[in-house]
Amino acid sequence: MTKKIKNLNLNFGPQHPAAHGVLRLILELDGEVVEKADPHIGLLHRGTEKLIENKTYMQAVPYFDRLDYVAPMNQEHAFALAIEKILNIDVPIRAQYIRVMFCEIGRILSHILNVTTQALDVGALTPSLWGFEERETLMTFYERASGSRLHANYFRAGGVHQDLPAGLEKDIAKFCETFPKIINDLENLLTDNRIFKQRNVDIGVVTKDDALDYSFSGVMIRGSGIPWDLRKSQPYDCYDQLEFKIPVGKNGDCYDRYLCRIEEMKESVSIIKQCLARMEKGPIKTFDGKISPPSKAEIKQSMEALIHHFKLFTEGYRVPKDEIYTAVEAPKGEFGVYLISDGSSKPYKCKIRAPGFSHLQSMDYLIKGHMLADVPAVLGSLDIVFGEVDR
Amino acid sequence: MNNLIDLEKKINSELTTKINKSSIKHDQIYVEIDKEDLIDVVLFLKTNKDTKFRQLIDITVVDFPEETQRFKIVYLFLSHEFNHRMILSYFINENELISSLTSVFPSANWMEREVFDMYGVNFKDHPDLRRILTDYGFEGHPLRKDFPLTGHSEVRYSEEKKKVVSEPVKLEQNYRNFDYESPWEGTKYIKEISETNDKKN
Repeated sequence: MTKKIKNLNLNFGPQHPAAHGVLRLILELDGEVVEKADPHIGLLHRGTEKLIENKTYMQAVPYFDRLDYVAPMNQEHAFALAIEKILNIDVPIRAQYIRVMFCEIGRILSHILNVTTQALDVGALTPSLWGFEERETLMTFYERASGSRLHANYFRAGGVHQDLPAGLEKDIAKFCETFPKIINDLENLLTDNRIFKQRNVDIGVVTKDDALDYSFSGVMIRGSGIPWDLRKSQPYDCYDQLEFKIPVGKNGDCYDRYLCRIEEMKESVSIIKQCLARMEKGPIKTFDGKISPPSKAEIKQSMEALIHHFKLFTEGYRVPKDEIYTAVEAPKGEFGVYLISDGSSKPYKCKIRAPGFSHLQSMDYLIKGHMLADVPAVLGSLDIVFGEVDR
Repeated sequence: MNNLIDLEKKINSELTTKINKSSIKHDQIYVEIDKEDLIDVVLFLKTNKDTKFRQLIDITVVDFPEETQRFKIVYLFLSHEFNHRMILSYFINENELISSLTSVFPSANWMEREVFDMYGVNFKDHPDLRRILTDYGFEGHPLRKDFPLTGHSEVRYSEEKKKVVSEPVKLEQNYRNFDYESPWEGTKYIKEISETNDKKN
């Protein structure tokens, strides 16, 4: 007797807690083994690039917070750098340290979220409870500097919006002393944990060649043993003056990527410490009055300053005709902005290169032949945030 | 090839007629080619031991509706080995078919789908050319300059039909695009740091 068997199609998401957002993943299953994965994305598409084309350069910054919303300032950084390169303006050193410091805070924010939710996906609840407490502390730092916990809108072409409030530097320094203990606690829970290792070691292995072919970046490429970090290889702002190491994995599996993230958090803490130690009082944005607005005090006194302020916030500053691609090492990988300016005060075209987009694309390659239960583990270690994938 | 000038020379001497224009700015190399030479040029860049552009970073399109060759197709490459970035581009007409890079870089798959979705540029021999970011059943190509910012249709839940319906966009107020551009060119100098002004306050 012959029996007809058929592969089962399973719809994973778009509302699934382990999908880390609105991912609809159509899986073709043979028993419990995944034969094919077809991610459907775009459920969070907001047309960011179209909107940016219709806004002035300064008005476009908040859209970058809404891409990867767990590390907002890293995205703003890429956009600010792109404009600065075209306009050829220098950023004051204090502003550079502030920006780098907040980018590293963003990296910790993102890595805590990823490591702990990945643990959650494979069955450990405690790390996320411990981790989120620290995230809350970090987000209050964001709030004290920029006025909001998530959508900071803090970086500007030529510096940052305003100086750090009194006492913030001290509190961040205090955090740097206590935080390494929390990383150790997380590591105690996870690194040698039998269940966590069973679920992650040898799962979702990426070879060096495939990491290149599939346009991986960030932890995804470092986990496979390629020592590539834009902060080292193409340093921007003051990264070339800071000392830090680049953790690299060996096997390219989910577990190695987890280890990389843990090590990166430790490095981030050391970078923040260095920034705080070197930071001196000084200007926080460029003095070029064509780009940064006059101070409030000046506006109260001078008519010209008032007009100037008005023009900057209505017309905006003009950016000469140019074409540029700038990338930063965001927590998730290479985040880039391909900007075309046409001499007006609005970008002609602003393509956003999100790392998650190419990572998620490889889902089919990564998950083929794995069990259904490995899907959340692999998805977790890809570090997907739909804000940036769907744009 | 450790510096960009050598790299530019190398590419120009090896690919001679296939390169229309090349330049270096912002520490990146910009190269313009013909549509037909895409696969050859990319294969050379990827495999040659002096270039080694092993990673495709992104594919995108720039729309110039007034030009006869409307779309500029842009490819961004990265060479880890030599730490170089390259921006490769060519122009096409509105309805031209272009070749797909999926056989050279598997990651081109979604990038080309996005280009197709956003700009309506068609690829020949792409394995799976579907829309990617827009909704199922979406019409039009949103990133074209002639597509309105507010879109053509909106969706809402209809109480009578008990389902989500799609209707033409009706706005209480039209999108207003103010023209703030000043006709004056303004001054060229950069203002000096004025300590005295701050002290007065």
